[in-house]
Amino acid sequence: MGRVLPTLQKRHAPLSSAASQRARLAGVPLARSFEDALAGAGLYPLRATGIDVFQVNVGRKCNQTCRHCHVDAGPDRTEMMPDDVMDRCLEVIEGTDIPTVDVTGGAPELHRRWRELVARSRAAGKRVLDRCNLTITRLPNYAYLPDFFAEHGVEVVASLPHYRQKGTDTQRGDGVFEESIAALRRLNEVGYGQPGTGLVLNLVTNPVGTFLPGGQQAMERDWKAQMRRLYGIEFNALYTITNMPISRFLDFLHEGGAVETYLQRLLDAFNPAAAAGVMCRNTLSVGWDGTLYDCDFNQMLELPVHPHAPQTIFDFDLAKLAEREIVLGPHCFGCTAGAGSSCGGATA
Amino acid sequence: MHEHYYHSQDLPRFGEIGKDAPHLAEKFFAWYNAVFAEGALTEREKSLIALAVAHAVQCPYCIDAYSADCLAKGSDTEQMTEAVHVAAAIRGGASLVHGIQMRNHAEKLGM
Repeated sequence: MGRVLPTLQKRHAPLSSAASQRARLAGVPLARSFEDALAGAGLYPLRATGIDVFQVNVGRKCNQTCRHCHVDAGPDRTEMMPDDVMDRCLEVIEGTDIPTVDVTGGAPELHRRWRELVARSRAAGKRVLDRCNLTITRLPNYAYLPDFFAEHGVEVVASLPHYRQKGTDTQRGDGVFEESIAALRRLNEVGYGQPGTGLVLNLVTNPVGTFLPGGQQAMERDWKAQMRRLYGIEFNALYTITNMPISRFLDFLHEGGAVETYLQRLLDAFNPAAAAGVMCRNTLSVGWDGTLYDCDFNQMLELPVHPHAPQTIFDFDLAKLAEREIVLGPHCFGCTAGAGSSCGGATA
Repeated sequence: MHEHYYHSQDLPRFGEIGKDAPHLAEKFFAWYNAVFAEGALTEREKSLIALAVAHAVQCPYCIDAYSADCLAKGSDTEQMTEAVHVAAAIRGGASLVHGIQMRNHAEKLGM
């Protein structure tokens, strides 16, 4: 792959801290707040409906530095989930009926206990999602991953902004597209995306720019035809995800003088149906240090769960967390624009 | 004359064309939306055709609208540029093929 860029943190960029990002977003004059928009839809205060997804962010280290990354992940990041937090996460996974474990990062596979997390979660009967950047499977020490995924029945959620090279490399770095296609072919070889195997391979596309994604179903049909025609690659579903005005995408907007325009675009596209289905209502997000959040986006803005709810994994209380009030901000318009956006794609 | 004839902020006002003739506008917009719905062609393909036609008729509003729509529907700029070349080729070809009319006429007049 080509040159990997330094993270915002490494560059000491003004928007590298969560506090500076929150301040930048709060400074955008909007005609109505997200809370007002929810109130207009009869959804304020927004409350969780339960916990169906236990999302574990194991660290911020990644072998890529994608331009839209809301984590500011990259090779120079050192945050990794310590053993006591990992142990407690596993206790919660094995000791509750939460059906889905969603493993993310960074490139989560870089965590030295990632295999244990996956294997024990599967042994506990959980559906396990791994948010894979694909290129990690092409590194010599990680070439085992496709077979490991298949052996444990992990659902692979793989990032690919476009089925052609230009858009993918623009967003994710030179050479990423070619490696991603090779990785997808290998996943197909071990059974992923193939009928009858039960091995699920879903792709995630983020817009390569400041526009909103199109209709997920129509794009999925188009992508399946194109991926088959161009590369002979099969996959199960396409998730369209809106770029969130956080971290590196916020920095990209800020540098281009487009923060206000983008937030207004999100606000104009507010969809009450999407708001009702936002992922934070049935997800709990655990940070690398054990802090609890409503979603991975709040995690990067360092907005922990509501103060009335347990704040860390060490205080985990399913009943209290399952009906907590959700913590909101202007970035939340990113999940309610158009057809909605979540870690599982469109919501409306 | 104003310095600029077209203003990007006028594009979202397209619906105002219904003033004084709402029944006609309703029919137009219903038909328009039906045209761009997925059918034998995908929405993405229709958007690329619209982008090409926008360049052929040189409508700045349509170019803005369908540049954004093509991206949102999943096209990339290489595909969009090829679509514009299709429009340009038809425009150029339409001029050039009329050279046959010129030749036919010249042959009648010449020796």
